[in-house]
Amino acid sequence: MSAQPHTLLQVSSRPAIEADNLVKRFGDTLAVDGVSLSVPEGSVLGLLGPNGAGKTTTVRMMTTLTTPTSGTARVAGYDVIEQPDMVRKSMGLTGQAATVDELLTGRENLHLIGSLYGLTSVYVRQAAGDLLERFSLSDAGDRVVKTYSGGMRRRLDLAVSLIATPPVLFLDEPTTGLDPRSRVELWDVLRGLVSDGTTLLLTTQYLEEADQLADRIAVIDRGHVIAEGTPLELKDQSGKAALVVTVSHADDLGEAERLLRTLVEEVHVEANARQLTAPANGLADVTRIAGAFDGSGIELDDLGLKRPSLDDVFLHLTGHRAEEAAEPPDDGRADDADNLSGVST
Amino acid sequence: MTTTQSQSISRPEIRDTGLLRQSLVITRRNLIHIKRMPEMLLDVTIQPVMFVLLFAFVFGGSIAISGGDPREYRDWLMAGIMSQTIAFASFIVAVGLTADIDKGIVDRLRSLPIHPAAVLVGRSISSLLHSSIGIVIMSLTGLTIGWRIHDGFFEAVLAYVLLLAWGFAMIWVGILVGSSMRSVEAVNGLMFATMFPITFLANTFAPAENMPTVLRWFAEWNPISSLVLAVRELWGTPLPPAKHELALPLQHPVLSTIIWVVVITAVCAPLALRAFRRRTQG
Repeated sequence: MSAQPHTLLQVSSRPAIEADNLVKRFGDTLAVDGVSLSVPEGSVLGLLGPNGAGKTTTVRMMTTLTTPTSGTARVAGYDVIEQPDMVRKSMGLTGQAATVDELLTGRENLHLIGSLYGLTSVYVRQAAGDLLERFSLSDAGDRVVKTYSGGMRRRLDLAVSLIATPPVLFLDEPTTGLDPRSRVELWDVLRGLVSDGTTLLLTTQYLEEADQLADRIAVIDRGHVIAEGTPLELKDQSGKAALVVTVSHADDLGEAERLLRTLVEEVHVEANARQLTAPANGLADVTRIAGAFDGSGIELDDLGLKRPSLDDVFLHLTGHRAEEAAEPPDDGRADDADNLSGVST
Repeated sequence: MTTTQSQSISRPEIRDTGLLRQSLVITRRNLIHIKRMPEMLLDVTIQPVMFVLLFAFVFGGSIAISGGDPREYRDWLMAGIMSQTIAFASFIVAVGLTADIDKGIVDRLRSLPIHPAAVLVGRSISSLLHSSIGIVIMSLTGLTIGWRIHDGFFEAVLAYVLLLAWGFAMIWVGILVGSSMRSVEAVNGLMFATMFPITFLANTFAPAENMPTVLRWFAEWNPISSLVLAVRELWGTPLPPAKHELALPLQHPVLSTIIWVVVITAVCAPLALRAFRRRTQG
């Protein structure tokens, strides 16, 4: 079964990753309920969803770790059920927790996985050195991983997944738990991989991350893909940016509302927060409205543009907030799913 | 991000190195763990040595073996301690496996193009090596306190082979427990609560003959007792004359031990593999 180099992508016209109606049932729970995806070669798909949405289970099925209850998936043209070994040869996986060995050094981790791939020791030595350097781990390479920071572990984890330069890479929440700086660093590394031609599927809870990295985003909730598109398309779907005005004194709310209504059609008042919200098309609206308030004598605490967040996307697409979806999907699940079907693309 | 670019990825050759090489790579990784954390060996070094000393010098005087010469008890004791040490191989496998599953290491290994059994075989080999270190240390400890091999070389080797075969059977118990338990703490709790009484309710540290009838019956049918007696016979350890007729397995201890190893493996191996598959593929 020794595969020749360069030929692991069987048919280059096919998508690098394809999932067709994947279903995974654990007892009474449908963790994944008919997920279909297609990721063209060399592109990045962000699988966006809250905890418990079925992201990890979907990735586990596509990476041969879990057998689907039904449905199929192909990676680099190979069927995950029929040809698991070829799939494993064609992809790298970085799991949710940084799955590097804490008691080994960074270099030993790379050697371990390289030897298991059956790469020659000459190659592994060279590649391990190169990867450590590329991921700014050269100095730490011979230190035990236990001493690494969270960001270093993630980078090593990614480096380990790359030792056999797989054409397809799965990343399950690659930046969860990282501080903002490490996150931005990791994003840069991932962009580098993509520009080298690697196909990437990454799961994330953060809209911003998907926005930064993904060509297309699939929003997954309670086991369903409820929306798919480019980041821009999704944001448009979930509503335009909103203008948020916070008045200094609750007494002014009524007058502020009247004033705002002369400028925009729809105004939403949140009395407790002393806030007025209105759809806005961009900075021009902000300037116009700010000007109007300036002459009105109403004292403001804040006036600004609020872009849709993951929560807003979720609220719009699902009718519930992201955190609520983190509840174990059980009884109510099927009903909710039906309500959603109208929203999905 | 176009198709032409992705075809330019040049890949190293991925060779299929086979189950044995892959298992040895994983074994090596587990042995590096022991090198980095030598305290992992406490369970096969300090602990059994402490047991030897406790039993040989604290209880030994009160546990009469035939003439009551304490040196004879020490000679007699060693097969028991070594059998207990090898039985704890199950403990070692279970703890190591649970930790690897828990930390996602098993998933990472399963995502590689390797033989599905390599993870378990590698873990088993390193655990047997781990236990063997204990057997060597026990033998050395024994030699200093009066334990001797009285019979021939072949019999002595066969005794060690039986101990290792026993360790092999225990590995399946360990995989079964390790795959079924959710945390290392749970494994520790369960194994402590079961393996200690099981290895004590036998002829390991005290002759079963002096136990109350029900306990004696249990001890004589306890598979560990067959192993212990087989090892004693093969080493030519002087045995006290039997006061009662021994239970059937103890009348042919070597054969019984082999049968127990086969039976335990035949029962536990399929269960263990199923539990492991369920746990990791779920």
